[in-house]
Amino acid sequence: MLAPETPPIFETGQPGRANRYVPPAPPLSEFLPAAAVRHELPLPDNSELDVIRHFTRLSQKTFGIDTNFYPLGSCTMKYNPRINDALANLPALRDLHPFAPDELAQGALAIMWELERSLASLFGMAAFSLNPAAGAHAELTALLIAKAYFKKKGDARRTTVIVPDTAHGTNPASAAMVGYNVVSLKSDARGRVSLEAIQAAAGPDTAVCMMTNPNTLGLFEDQIHEIAAAVHAAGGLMYYDGANANALMGNSRPGDMGFDLMHLNLHKTFSIPHGGGGAGAGPVGVAAHLVPFLPVPVVRADDVDEASGRWPSDGRTFALDFDRPDSIGPMRSFWSNYAHMVRALAYCYANGAEGLTRVSQLAVLNANYIRASIRDLIDIPYDEINRHEFVASAQSIKRETGVRAFDIGKALLDRGYHAPTVYFPLLVPECIMIEPTETESKETLDGFIAALREILIAARENPQSVIDAPVNTAVSRVDETRAARRPDLRWEPEKG
Amino acid sequence: MYTPHTPRDIEEMLAVVGVASLDDLVRVPDAVAVRAPLDVVPALSEIEIAERFAGFAARTSAGGYDSFLGAGAYRHYVPPVVGALAMRGEFLTAYTPYQAEVSQGYLQAIYEWQTYVALLTGMRVANASVYDGATALAEGVIMALNATGRKAVLVSRAVHPNYRAVLRTYAGGLDVAVDELPYAADGTTDTTQLAAALADQRYAAVVVQSPNFFGAIDALPAAALAAIRSTKTLLVGVTAEALSLAALVPPAAWGVDIAVGEGQSFGNAVAYGGPHVGFIATTDEQLRRIPGRLVGRTLDKDGRTAYVLTLQAREQHIRREKATSNICTNQAHCALVATIYLAALGATGLRDVAAHNLARTAQLRDAVTAVPGYAVRFAAPVFNEFALRVPGNAADALDALRERGIVGGLDLGRFYPELADCVLMTATELTTPAEIGRLAAALAEIATDAVARS
Repeated sequence: MLAPETPPIFETGQPGRANRYVPPAPPLSEFLPAAAVRHELPLPDNSELDVIRHFTRLSQKTFGIDTNFYPLGSCTMKYNPRINDALANLPALRDLHPFAPDELAQGALAIMWELERSLASLFGMAAFSLNPAAGAHAELTALLIAKAYFKKKGDARRTTVIVPDTAHGTNPASAAMVGYNVVSLKSDARGRVSLEAIQAAAGPDTAVCMMTNPNTLGLFEDQIHEIAAAVHAAGGLMYYDGANANALMGNSRPGDMGFDLMHLNLHKTFSIPHGGGGAGAGPVGVAAHLVPFLPVPVVRADDVDEASGRWPSDGRTFALDFDRPDSIGPMRSFWSNYAHMVRALAYCYANGAEGLTRVSQLAVLNANYIRASIRDLIDIPYDEINRHEFVASAQSIKRETGVRAFDIGKALLDRGYHAPTVYFPLLVPECIMIEPTETESKETLDGFIAALREILIAARENPQSVIDAPVNTAVSRVDETRAARRPDLRWEPEKG
Repeated sequence: MYTPHTPRDIEEMLAVVGVASLDDLVRVPDAVAVRAPLDVVPALSEIEIAERFAGFAARTSAGGYDSFLGAGAYRHYVPPVVGALAMRGEFLTAYTPYQAEVSQGYLQAIYEWQTYVALLTGMRVANASVYDGATALAEGVIMALNATGRKAVLVSRAVHPNYRAVLRTYAGGLDVAVDELPYAADGTTDTTQLAAALADQRYAAVVVQSPNFFGAIDALPAAALAAIRSTKTLLVGVTAEALSLAALVPPAAWGVDIAVGEGQSFGNAVAYGGPHVGFIATTDEQLRRIPGRLVGRTLDKDGRTAYVLTLQAREQHIRREKATSNICTNQAHCALVATIYLAALGATGLRDVAAHNLARTAQLRDAVTAVPGYAVRFAAPVFNEFALRVPGNAADALDALRERGIVGGLDLGRFYPELADCVLMTATELTTPAEIGRLAAALAEIATDAVARS
C-alpha cells in the first residue's frame, strides 16, 4: 500500500505555491540596506495538504512506543502519558518567555521547585538542578561540579575518573570534556564491581567514580555502600548515572548508597517522550557539600511560616537565583527543558511516592518474567534475579549457527518488535539487553516471548531466515559502509 | 500509575520467576534500603492533575501581558498543521533511529532538517541538532579548538550573554581562555583591534553573532575576515534568531567556517526556555569534527534508497573518550517540528514572515522613538529587535510598564552595566499595532512621571 520511497520534500511543490499564514509582505529591501539582503532562498513551496501527506507517510515508516513494543535495554521506553503533553501545551505554560520577570512566572517556578524537591527526596539528594538538557549533558555538568569542588579545595591532583567496564559510552566521553583521564574497572565474575578492585583503583588522583546501580547488566551492586566508602576514603566523589533509575524508585536511594552526584534521564524514568532522540532532560542531583557548585540559575523558594494549602508549593513565592559565586555557570541558553519538567511533574502527581515504588517493582517483575521465560533457549550469563533489565548472550548460538545478536534483533523487527539493545554492555559477547518497563502488559510480554522463542528456534533450524531479516520493513538491511564512505548528508538539486 | 498488572498477572508472573513476592524480588541490603517516607508530591487522579496544573498556569502571565521580549527566544505564529503532524505518536514516542529499517520516516525527516539548515546557512553540511544555541556555540568552538590545536577563543561582546556564559562554563572544563572583543558605537562588533589580537595565532576561533544581541546586523567586514583567514583562525558565526536567515545574507556568504545557532523560531514554543533546538553547520573540511548525530542517505541491500545514522565513528558510543563530543540524546523532536514548520511555510511564507518582522520592528521603533525622551541606542540596521534608551533606569521603566500590563523587553543593564538605561525590544509578526500603540502611550506616561518626580 505504501510507496516504498517518499521523495525528499525538496523535490515536491512548485515555487509560489504558498500557504497564506501571514498577509503578503512588503519587500525586504524596504527595511534593509541592499548589502544585507538575501537574494536566494532555495526552499520548496508545498501546499499544506502535500506537507501533511509527506510527513504522515514518514510517520507511517517509523516505529514508536505507540505502535510497537521496545524491549530496549538501558533506554526505559515506557508509555508516554498524553495528559503530560496536554499540560505542557497549556498556552500559559507553553508561551511563557524565559526572560519573563519572576513575578509573572510563579506557576512555572512552582512546577520546577516541586519537581526538584520530589526528585531530591526520591533519590536521597540535597538538591537538584533541572538545567541539563540530557543525560550526557548532565554527566558533563556533574563532572564540572566535581572539578570546581576540588579546585575550591585546592586539590589539583584529582584528574582521574573511574568507570566500570559496564559503563555507558557517554561516561568516558564526558570525562574527556573536562580534561579528566579515564580508568576502566573490570567487573568481577558476578558481573559487579568488586570492593577490592575499587580499593586498588581509588587513590589521591581519583576525582570521581561513575557508576550506575543496578549496573548495565541489570544487577544490583550489592557492595555499593562499601564501594562508596572506599572512594570517599580516597578523597574521591561518587557519581550515579541515572540511566537505570527505573529499577529502584522507592526501594533504594543513590544518596543512601553514598553517591554525591547523580543525574536522571527524565525521558527514561519519568515518562517524557524520547521524540526520536530528544529533547531529553537530565536533572543533576547533589549532596549538600556540592550544592554551591550547581549550575545557575537555581529556583529559590522564599519559605513561609506555614504552607497555606495541601501542596508544598502553595503559599510560597519563587525566584530564579543567578547570584551564586561558586556555581560552575550555566550549561545552556535558558533555565531547563521546561516543557519536560511539566511532563515529569505531572507523572509524579500521577504516581505519588507509592506509585513510583510500584512502578519500579513491576519494571523488575516484567524483566525477570522475560528472563525466566527464555532462559532454556539462550544463554543468560548472569542467571540470577535481575532488576529492570537483563542481558542474554547469543555467543553459543552464533558459534553453532552463524546467527548473531544483531540478526536476532533484526528478526524481531519483522515480527513487530523493536530490537533490544545489542552489543552493550561490551563485556558480554553477542550481548542482547532487554528492558521491558512496567507499562507493558503480561499479554504483550507473552507475545514478545513467543516471537523471541520462535526466532531462537529458527536460528537453529533455518539460520538463513534469521540472517536475511528483516523482510517486512520499509527497507531491508541498510548499506552502512556506503553511507560512511560516500557521505550524503543533504539533498542537492544536481544529485537528487 | 500506567501499570496494567492485575493481582492475578502478578501472581502468575512471580510463579514463573520463582519468587514469592514483589518485596522479595526487589530486596536490597539493609544499609541501602529506603527507610523514611518519601516526600514526593501526592498521587492524584488525572482530572485532579489537570486542575492542579490549571492552577500553575493561572500563576503565570503568558498571554495576560503585551510582551516585547525576544533576546534569544522568539514568539512566532505556528500553523496548527505543525503540531498536528509532529505530535503523531509514531514521531513523538519513537526512540533514536538506530534501527534504520523501522525508522526510515524519522531518518528522512532528520536528513531533510540537515538539508534545511545547510540551505538556510549556506553551509555544506549540518548535524541532526544539539541542545540549543548556547551549547551549539560551545560545541562549535570545541570543533575549532580541535581543528587548530589552539587553546583560546575570541568572542564578540555583542554575542548573546547567555551563550558567552555557557561557553565559559565549557571552557572551564577544558582550561581554554575566552577573551572578548568590544562592541562599537553603532552596536556592531568593534574589529579595529582584531588584526592585532589575532597576530600571534593564539586564538582557535573568532565568534561573532548576526543579528547580534542588540539586534544589529553584524556580518564581519572584509578586512576583519582577511585577518581571520591569514592567521588560520576559524570564524564561528552565531544565529540566535533563525528566522533572520530568510532575510539576511547567510553566514556562509560572510565567511563563516562553523555556523551555529538556535532554531526555536521555526515552530517551537518559547516554553520558558526549552526545549529549543541548536544547530551546527560547517564546511566539508570540518565535517568529521562535527559533534552528535548525522543522518546519511544510502541504499538498502535491495538497492532502494535508505537513510541511516552515519559517521558514527565520531560518536561517544564508539569512540568513548576520544569522541568529538559526549552528546548522545539531542533535540530530534524539536528539529522535526522545525522541519515541518519550514516545509509548511516554504521560501515564500518564510520570507513573508521575515518581512513582517522587519516591518513590525520598524513600526515599533518609529512609535517608541516618537515619544519624547526615548531614542534608539545603536545606529546599525536591525532585524527584529533593537536597544531603546529610556529616560532614567531601564529596570524602573520596565517595572512601570509592568504595572500597565506590558512586559516591555529586557533590561540590558542585567548583562551590560554601561547599558543600564537601555531596553532590548522585540517585535515579530505576532506583535499588533494595538500593542505598539499601548506601549508608546505607556512610555509617554512613564516619561512624564519621571519628569514629575525629578
